[in-house]
Amino acid sequence: MNYFIQSLRRPGIVISASILLFWLVISLAGGFVLPHDPTVFISDDAFADAVGAALGTDHMGRDVASRLLAGTQLTIGMSVAAAALSHLVGVSLALCAAVNGGWIDTVSSRLVDIILSVPKIIVGLVVVAVLGPSLTVLIVMTGTVYSGGVFRIARALARDVVGLDYVRAATARGEGKLHIMMREILPNILSPLAVDFALRVSFAILFISSLGFLGLGVQPPKADWGTLVHDNISGLSSGSLAAIWPALAIASVTISLNYLVDTLSLAGENGRKQ
Amino acid sequence: MKQLVLSIRNLTIRSEGGGHAIVDNISLDVAKGEVVALIGESGSGKSTIGLSCLGLFRPGLTYVGGDIELEGSNLLGLPPRELQSLRGRRVAYVAQSAAASFNPAIKLNSQVIEPSIAHGTRSASEALDRAISLYATVRLPQPNQIGSRYPHEVSGGQLQRFMLAMGMLDAPALLVLDEPTSALDVTTQVEVLMAMKSAVSAQGTSALFISHDLPVVAQMADRVVVLRNGRIVESGPTNELLHSPKEAYTRELIAAFRKIDQKRLDISQEQDRKTVLSVQDLSAGYGGRTRAGKPSVLAVENASFNLARGEVLAVVGESGSGKTSLAQAIAGLLPRSVGSVRLHDVELSASLGGRTKDQLRRVQMVFQMADTALNPKHTIARTLERVLEHFFRLPAAQREKRIEQLLALVQLPPEIAARYPRQLSGGQKQRVNLARALAAEPDVLICDEVTSALDTIVSVAVLDLIRELKAKLGLAVLFVSHDLAAISGIADQTIVMRRGKIVEAGETAVILDRPKHPYTQLLVSSVPELRANWLQEAAPRNEALAKRIAAGV
Repeated sequence: MNYFIQSLRRPGIVISASILLFWLVISLAGGFVLPHDPTVFISDDAFADAVGAALGTDHMGRDVASRLLAGTQLTIGMSVAAAALSHLVGVSLALCAAVNGGWIDTVSSRLVDIILSVPKIIVGLVVVAVLGPSLTVLIVMTGTVYSGGVFRIARALARDVVGLDYVRAATARGEGKLHIMMREILPNILSPLAVDFALRVSFAILFISSLGFLGLGVQPPKADWGTLVHDNISGLSSGSLAAIWPALAIASVTISLNYLVDTLSLAGENGRKQ
Repeated sequence: MKQLVLSIRNLTIRSEGGGHAIVDNISLDVAKGEVVALIGESGSGKSTIGLSCLGLFRPGLTYVGGDIELEGSNLLGLPPRELQSLRGRRVAYVAQSAAASFNPAIKLNSQVIEPSIAHGTRSASEALDRAISLYATVRLPQPNQIGSRYPHEVSGGQLQRFMLAMGMLDAPALLVLDEPTSALDVTTQVEVLMAMKSAVSAQGTSALFISHDLPVVAQMADRVVVLRNGRIVESGPTNELLHSPKEAYTRELIAAFRKIDQKRLDISQEQDRKTVLSVQDLSAGYGGRTRAGKPSVLAVENASFNLARGEVLAVVGESGSGKTSLAQAIAGLLPRSVGSVRLHDVELSASLGGRTKDQLRRVQMVFQMADTALNPKHTIARTLERVLEHFFRLPAAQREKRIEQLLALVQLPPEIAARYPRQLSGGQKQRVNLARALAAEPDVLICDEVTSALDTIVSVAVLDLIRELKAKLGLAVLFVSHDLAAISGIADQTIVMRRGKIVEAGETAVILDRPKHPYTQLLVSSVPELRANWLQEAAPRNEALAKRIAAGV
């Protein structure tokens, strides 16, 4: 435990945790921290400086800083929801497959192979084009495309546990499948799944932002980070940084999250080895 | 004074972050040509000392102080590059699990000569010549050809000998042998020990022999160092130590082995001979079904026996004999393909799904590995509670009381209930496993190698406990074991299995004292005895028996 706490004091951890905490507070605070209404035109000029707009105005004369902060909640909220959905679907299916084995395992594994064999971005383009880019569609679609990866990891973890004697003891005493899945197996694969969950959130941020950048994000006047980059990309040629700020936001969250997860899980491992 | 090869002075190693001492102020010497044994139970620090002789410390351990001198140069002061050049050349390591130490994709010869070539001590062809002559020394068959096989094409005992040859290739001053025969079957162990003994003496190599097994140590070592909790309890010449141990712990250790060694049961009179479990012509196995309806790989073939109330029946055999498969087929974990299993004269379904809850309750299994048999995320109370809830639907208040009774039954203090498995010792975990099985109030208790992962003193206590419980609760116990020494103190009846078939069955005392089948004779002859020169007698005797078995007598 000592070892684990020691590693928390490293500067990299402190920096990345602070960045994540900052964005988390912003997204939870919602409208309270915005200098301007993100949908109001505060200036007649696009990509200009304006009073009270620290980062200038966007392509339609709205406050970039306010739009960026408002987009935080959308981007992080959608990503966390999508990651949660992918875990709900992926882990349940994986537990079923691992405990039952046989044809259930085969069918679900092949199904997942099919899901994984189609490029995610193409699935995204088609689904959004057909169903329209609503919040629900984006979350469910993102959750679904990532559930395949979750399934594979969770199934592998669960298969390892299924063979252990305490699960066999439970089977031998005639416990139901649900008990074996939820009580015997799930608690023992929870910590690697937590690591995977954090990484899925960062994948989902990148994926949803990519769709936004392609113009398939949430509908105006709302905008997630990817959509903000898409909207303001034309300003780059005139020297405006309005597209750079949301891009930096995306990078800061995903890099911090990945770094934190890597370092903490490594520290946890070393802690356990003692 | 003989020339010293290894000299350890005041070595102290701690677990990282200010933890307790794993190795506490240890000093010991190994003279040229001498074999020194480090003996101790798990957690005694014996393997940590062994690895430190190669300048290695496991992750999570910190070197605190002390010196390790190998042929006069202090290992712990050397830069990594020089240390690297010593490993494999001046000091070599032979690990417990040879199977895990060889790369399955590379032929044995290239792996055996690899260190020698890496160190640049020999050319490939010289190294190969030396390897082949060593194969002969460690008594591998066909030394000229066998090295061109892959690791999976030789047996476990042969693989261990390849590792020994690899270690000896550059004629190191010191060999560190870390439990080199602990993973082997008893009959194989005799061969490998004999090969080691003759190779070490032929090459004049010094060796540090790390083991938990006193009778094995008695065959190999000139001197014995007894370790406990990282400290030296006692050390001295092997014979002296065995016959006149000074410290209480050493005496306890020797007594535990003697107890196993000499205990013979009189067939208990109190048993009422009422058959509880009856197995007829049982066959079970793995893989797809053949046209005749049998599995393609048969693990158990036509096994039949009866088990009475108050009786312990031992099923003995080596790895691959089918003893565990037999136990699992009875428990329903491995559905049998043919034959019948009757409990109180009622046929039990082959698979778990076809058995009633009451039938499941009456046959309980205790698993081999205490570590994996308990859910690490459940407290002991929760583990036991679940069984009571599942089979008896006991209300919460009564459950608590019953858990206390159960823990008392397996001689554990009640405060254990609130703990998690990782907070218990191996012996305590195995007692909890027993308690979980007993919680179901079974008629038949199946014990699958329950003591093989335990230290000797602990396993003697667990065996005594099982014996006592059997009498107290009137259990019928099926005791699966590879260890003939362990069954002598517990089993009334014994069946001996080889390659899925029962080769001999009868009263335990008769089987151990007057075995009829040559394979049983081989097993009995292979159990290490706690006296010097046992190995020299056993090796030729075993060879003759092996020939008779091969000839199909």
